[in-house]
Amino acid sequence: MKHCLSLAFVLMVLWLGNSGYYSPLFLSLGALSVVFAVWVSHRMDVVDHESQPLHLSGHISFFYCWLVGKIILSNIDVVKRIWLGNKSISPCVARLPLSQKTDMGKVIYANSITLTPGTVSMDIEGATVLVHALTAESIAELKGDEMNRRVSDLEL
Amino acid sequence: MLADIVAVLSSACLLLGAFLIISGAVGVLRFPDFFTRMHAAGVTETLATTLILLGLMLLAGWSIMSFKLLLILLFILITSPVASHALTKAALHGKLQPLVDEKNER
Repeated sequence: MKHCLSLAFVLMVLWLGNSGYYSPLFLSLGALSVVFAVWVSHRMDVVDHESQPLHLSGHISFFYCWLVGKIILSNIDVVKRIWLGNKSISPCVARLPLSQKTDMGKVIYANSITLTPGTVSMDIEGATVLVHALTAESIAELKGDEMNRRVSDLEL
Repeated sequence: MLADIVAVLSSACLLLGAFLIISGAVGVLRFPDFFTRMHAAGVTETLATTLILLGLMLLAGWSIMSFKLLLILLFILITSPVASHALTKAALHGKLQPLVDEKNER
């Protein structure tokens, strides 16, 4: 039920934010389409803790603030190496352990790895993730396990 | 006065974003293999797009346009790592061997 309500809220915000027309006719049409969309998704059985991860919403904003800082730093690093040329890079591949228990946690971790330039998650097998990195330093930083730990903390 | 500051800030964001896109393009041309080129493309799809859209949001001010730009930014930040992951996974399954620096081989 709370997942349906959250989906309805998100759809409502999207509709209000994208329409820009607030006459009663448009508002009622919008409400009608929101109700219809929620009903269809409920029938399709896709409204659950995976499509509406409410349990994450508390801590995830802090995590994203931290991630934005990381993204900016690694962007600067990669841009520096682009202009310094091929001698400055040392590409490598490593298999890192995953400590997340849920699929959602694994996806957040793998996506965060890919979102920071300089590291790309290539494959997830069991409890490990295969990572390709532009430099040996960025692999060393991931092995330091800070990102892994922070994503695992989100699951609690 | 405030309008001037906003104009300067937004031009700074747009210029920096444009520089990062050029850097990403140079990296894609310069780096040796597919996987390293992905990292260069990663610069254009994270910080460069963020800065360009931030600059446009500052120009648009508090309006419905800014909200739409914010939505575009969110969708790009959610979908681009998925696309990168799909590309690298496809390359890996296609038996493309990543170029590995000799120093890192064990």
